[in-house]
Amino acid sequence: MQLTLWTYEGPPHIGAMRIATAMHGLHYVLHAPQGDTYADLLFTMIERRDRRPPVTYTTFQARDLGNDTAELFKSAANDAYERFQPQAMLVGASCTAELIQDDPGGLAKALNLPIPVVPLELPAYQRKENWGASETFYQLVRALCTPHAPAPGTTRAPRANGKRPLCNLLGPTGLGFRHRDDIKEISNLLISMGIDINVVAPYGATPADVARLGEADFNVVLYPETAAQAASWLQRTFAQPFTKVIPIGVGATREFIAEVAALAGVDAAPQLNDPCSHSTWYAKSVDSTYLTGKRVFVFGDATHAVAAARIAAKEMGFNVVCIGTYSREFAREIREAAKLYDVEPLISDDYLEVEARIAELQPELVLGTQMERHIAKRLGIPCAVISAPVHVQDFPARYAPQMGFEGANVIFDTWVHPLMMGLEEHLLGMFREDFEFHDDAGSSHLSHLGAGRSKAKPQHERAISGEMAPNTPPIVGITQPIATADDGSTPAPTVTATARHADGIATGAATPTAANGPWVPVWDADAEKELGKIPFFVRGKARRNTERFAQERALAAITVETLYDAKAHFGR
Amino acid sequence: MSVALESGRADTKIIPILKERGQREVFCGLTGIIWLHRKIQDAFFLVVGSRTCAHLIQSAAGVMIFAEPRFATAIIDERDLAGLADANEELDRVVKRLLERRPDIKLLFLVGSCPSEVIKLDLSRAAQRLSAQFTPSVRVLNYSGSGIETTFTQGEDACLASLVPTLSSAPADAPTTLMIVGTLADVVEDQWTRLFNEMGVHNVSYFPPRRSTELPRIGPNTRYLLAQPFLADTARALEERGAQRLPAPFPLGVEGTTEWLRAAANMFGVSTDTFDAVTMPKRERALRALQRQRPQLEGKRIFFFPDSQLEIPIARFLSRELGMLLTEVGTPFLHKQHLAEEMAMMPAGVQISEGQHVENQIDRCRSAKPDLVVCGLGLANPLEAEGMTTKWAIELVFTPIQGYDQAADLAELFARPLSRHLRLVA
Repeated sequence: MQLTLWTYEGPPHIGAMRIATAMHGLHYVLHAPQGDTYADLLFTMIERRDRRPPVTYTTFQARDLGNDTAELFKSAANDAYERFQPQAMLVGASCTAELIQDDPGGLAKALNLPIPVVPLELPAYQRKENWGASETFYQLVRALCTPHAPAPGTTRAPRANGKRPLCNLLGPTGLGFRHRDDIKEISNLLISMGIDINVVAPYGATPADVARLGEADFNVVLYPETAAQAASWLQRTFAQPFTKVIPIGVGATREFIAEVAALAGVDAAPQLNDPCSHSTWYAKSVDSTYLTGKRVFVFGDATHAVAAARIAAKEMGFNVVCIGTYSREFAREIREAAKLYDVEPLISDDYLEVEARIAELQPELVLGTQMERHIAKRLGIPCAVISAPVHVQDFPARYAPQMGFEGANVIFDTWVHPLMMGLEEHLLGMFREDFEFHDDAGSSHLSHLGAGRSKAKPQHERAISGEMAPNTPPIVGITQPIATADDGSTPAPTVTATARHADGIATGAATPTAANGPWVPVWDADAEKELGKIPFFVRGKARRNTERFAQERALAAITVETLYDAKAHFGR
Repeated sequence: MSVALESGRADTKIIPILKERGQREVFCGLTGIIWLHRKIQDAFFLVVGSRTCAHLIQSAAGVMIFAEPRFATAIIDERDLAGLADANEELDRVVKRLLERRPDIKLLFLVGSCPSEVIKLDLSRAAQRLSAQFTPSVRVLNYSGSGIETTFTQGEDACLASLVPTLSSAPADAPTTLMIVGTLADVVEDQWTRLFNEMGVHNVSYFPPRRSTELPRIGPNTRYLLAQPFLADTARALEERGAQRLPAPFPLGVEGTTEWLRAAANMFGVSTDTFDAVTMPKRERALRALQRQRPQLEGKRIFFFPDSQLEIPIARFLSRELGMLLTEVGTPFLHKQHLAEEMAMMPAGVQISEGQHVENQIDRCRSAKPDLVVCGLGLANPLEAEGMTTKWAIELVFTPIQGYDQAADLAELFARPLSRHLRLVA
């Protein structure tokens, strides 16, 4: 048994739903008790899908358990076929149905439905969401493409002269992090290289489309978490090679272009420099100097975390202080990346462990998931989201890919924004003594992170219009009330409802100084005042370092001199 | 997936009840933890279940409760199932770790789930064992919020029923006391306490209380009013302890609140004059506030998908106090005895359905073409995309809607989607 407060991934049948919901003409019959239908709202509310996920839940109850749950499954599958007339069907069990061992695959086979029925074995007590998505996509591809497979040992006929190369895009799913826009960005890139797209799957594909995958010359794997397994099978069965480079960041996008050009036999040179690629120049521009050496903490799914670390180090000039993932299946990739930056990798799906590591490392920027955003907010550290698990904010109305040159532009803006906001707050803070500014005005960016609305208005105006966070900037190491509902920029609908009841509870988890024995930091009034002159976004670290310095030397009081002694001691 | 028609007698009217079985688009009872843990501030809810359970609660709550919450899941894994690990020892280990982290916890609920029920993990024995171990600092109780046994708000029922045996007994000669049963927002409780006090009724307690150390006493002189319509098992447990229910409609809307308060006032011998003197200003104020919502709602046709069991009292309020027209009122479960007063007030010709076959119900909803559909979050956007106007049912359990001063807030929840629909022109 594992004690879990928050989870990064759902159970594996959620992964199967991400495949089914991304597609058209496919239906998933899930043997599951009442309540498992909660998963529908992930798609209809977080992703704002305008149709119900194509999933039928058998909804068995306790009183059915003694009778015939198998019969219930069969009638549900039959009814779903009659009602929805899908081209193909997935059948499987959620965690509870797995325990009652009704064998949905066997039962569905007995129905003799006139369509392909793909049974899914997704062990809910061992595996998680991403694995479930990968396995589902693989089983689906295998079932639908096998009838079209060439005899083993057949060599692939060379492409006809004058025919444009043809590829598939594999991996994008429902509830994916910016998958919708990545498809468009990479499709446009490939088309501009003279390469045609055969099928994008699973996103937007029908089972009939999936059956045509073998017609392409090669596969582009956008998200190995979902598509690597299927792509390997396609390589073995159809002799289709597949891409390994994930085009996130300018450097990786260029490598990807070269890799694809080699597979397709086209000239890549014209595409290597995109006139709309601004991020490289922006990073070189002198106003970006302040980004140099910012200490960043990177956590997410492996694909996005590895890419983010590379961008951070090579394209932004940051220092990566940690790279981690919640996905054990991809631990190897993260360990290899960690070696590049000479840091300790963090492979954990324990939210509290991730939180403890962030608190310990005290980075200046967190690049993580929505979970790390909450941690960072509590610790007063700027944060940008780079990876699933997704939140309604990760489905912006505008075009905002992560991949390709435009993706690199989006990432530059997304990461710099919270840091820039911090800088602006500091500049505003310098004018605090001016008569027109309120002395008690706090940092609005921390409570409206990502909203950007505080950027344009002068501080006093914001204070008057009531947009200001009432508190002074949070300082790490001091327990303080935890904001919950004030993240109101674009709250998840479910949250609006909950927030009224959920005012949060401050606990010891994030207060590293609380439990350090009998030594208690005592700050001189002058030292405390001096600390106040330090920009708030590094003030937490300054306070922490000074206290650590004082504690190690068992100093009775912290003076202005201690502050500067510590600064000299810990200075980078 | 059977369909049966049955007649529910309500005074002289006969209201047909369509009973359905099939796919249910509702939460399981675990979801109640989201409001229960906010109410009982020193309680912790440990779900013993699967990753699905953890994901469900997190998704229903939104991932946005930033603090370390007072609920968690002990996720059963393969080792527990294969018997490689003794599930009871594992549970003890998890609870010990939890209580070490959270010394502020005085009451721990072990919450059963579908998997724990199917593998027959005996949580009541586990609760006894752990209670003995951690007494007196922590009391450990158990209940089931599993989807195979409970629908959404029934989780609260199961939780409160598990608390009843822990209430201490009031002596047989104790004065008559009033217990309000069901989780309410603090603000609502405070309003009612003031009203009762003004009427001269002072022995009023709330169950569940805000802290587990403030549990009310119970005995043959306890009279209780249900504040929520989904508390069948809790009511049974209270009656086993000698308490008596005061039959009343539910305190939604001006009329419902007045009759609900009157049931208590009558019991405590409050004169009609006093009752009117205390309640009339509040009733008039609430009616004035309701009048502002009426133009947007009057004559509009409304359709309810089943969700919280609050559907029938709310439909009664919308129909009688705001002039809305009821098409179908779906409810997951209809407790005939507790809802007798409500059913008597329902307009003739309403279609009530109990249980759910979601596909058939969506078909009926499409052909009814209502002006407003009350449904869960899984259905709302797809129905909006079909051109319907919807109201999320879940907001009705998270928002203070009971009592006089919330009546207009309740009406406004239904008016907002309609007025929003009128504003958007793009």
